[in-house]
Amino acid sequence: MSLIVRELVLPLVPFTLEVSVELSARTTGLYGPSGAGKTTLLELIAGVRKPQSGTIELNGRVVCGEGIFVPPRLRRVGYVPQDDALFPHLSVRQNVFYGAAGDRAGAVVDVLEIAPLLDRGVKRLSGGERKRVALARALLSNPEMLLLDEPLAGVDVPLRDRVLEYLVRIRDQFSIPTIYVTHHMDEVRAICEELVVLERGRVEGKRPIEGVAKDADRPHSP
Amino acid sequence: MTAEELQVLGLTLRTAALSTLVILPPGLAVAWLLARRNWRGKSLVETLITLPMVMPPVATGLILLELLGRRGPIGGWLDRTLGLQIVFTWRAVVAAMMVMSFPLLVRAARVAFEEVNPRFEQIARTLAAGETRVFFTITLPLAARGITSGVLLAFARAIGEFGATILVAGNIPGRTRTLSLAIYDLVELGRDGEAFRLLGVAVVIAFAAVWTAEAFLRRTHESHRP
Repeated sequence: MSLIVRELVLPLVPFTLEVSVELSARTTGLYGPSGAGKTTLLELIAGVRKPQSGTIELNGRVVCGEGIFVPPRLRRVGYVPQDDALFPHLSVRQNVFYGAAGDRAGAVVDVLEIAPLLDRGVKRLSGGERKRVALARALLSNPEMLLLDEPLAGVDVPLRDRVLEYLVRIRDQFSIPTIYVTHHMDEVRAICEELVVLERGRVEGKRPIEGVAKDADRPHSP
Repeated sequence: MTAEELQVLGLTLRTAALSTLVILPPGLAVAWLLARRNWRGKSLVETLITLPMVMPPVATGLILLELLGRRGPIGGWLDRTLGLQIVFTWRAVVAAMMVMSFPLLVRAARVAFEEVNPRFEQIARTLAAGETRVFFTITLPLAARGITSGVLLAFARAIGEFGATILVAGNIPGRTRTLSLAIYDLVELGRDGEAFRLLGVAVVIAFAAVWTAEAFLRRTHESHRP
């Protein structure tokens, strides 16, 4: 992966997001306390928000910059928001295949074990099932990059390890460059190769995961 | 009911249905623009659309008469280019119904669009959906109950239209006499029995429309609950 963010600026309350960072690992953990600007940064990369200024370059293609704004539908970025945002009026099958492209369908359905869920309505899904369906929907759009916003948030503790297992499977099987937002270091250690720490809208550090795992045990409160 | 009463009822239902159908596409477009976009002149358009709800219906009818008459800018153009006459025909009945019920449809549809969580639209865009697909597969279905409620209210308003209609369409038996105009006529002539019979029909239609509209709105609010 190559994601280059240069001098990205967006005023927020109560601080201004100002980010410059280059990511090249397969899975990067974006770590920081609630309200640090992690979700906003994902939204800017996905193109669902516009920055005040700055550049975003995805795999050598400028998707946001001076006079350039590539709309989200053309960015090939799979975004799984914290609230899943499954379309409530569509079945699981219709959700999963909404943006389907490429020939990954069978593999995604198998890896995430969602075949038994396909004919259900999304309102009849448990928290863990919703996460898997949202992941499948993003994966089937054939993205060049995956943005996962706290994928274990709202998942019951007994189910967290199971969902994490699915996430590791996705990482290993599909090798899609991923940014994984969390404020739990154990998730970072389990799935990420690189860590970027974001606090009050600024990158406070970027390190390979081994180094961080030793010195960043200080948990961020949710 | 007599043949004459059935004819009045048929004309009223047909013109109200046509009026509602015709205002639906522009009504949805305007409601969506008001709900989802910021643009110059938005407040002015909002005010203009609301005007027929607060102005005396007869005044609205007078404006329509000026616009749609053979010497008016719209009526004159239609007469010259298509040979279509509007005033004192069933077309004028439909025009009066359209203008008077348009605000109700737009207001209901606007609220319905505003209640759709923009997050769903954003995610659909990241799944490679263009704006047209987002509208027809996400926004419109999620707003459908609120819009249906607005359609029913607009239809009910069209059924009850009186003031603008009598000015621009007249009260011609068999051609432009709608339910409201017939009731007025019958009361004037002292035929109270027939007037009350038509009144009963009007109440039943209005009750059914409003009750169904409210039912759709209740279901919308329940489905939007987390």
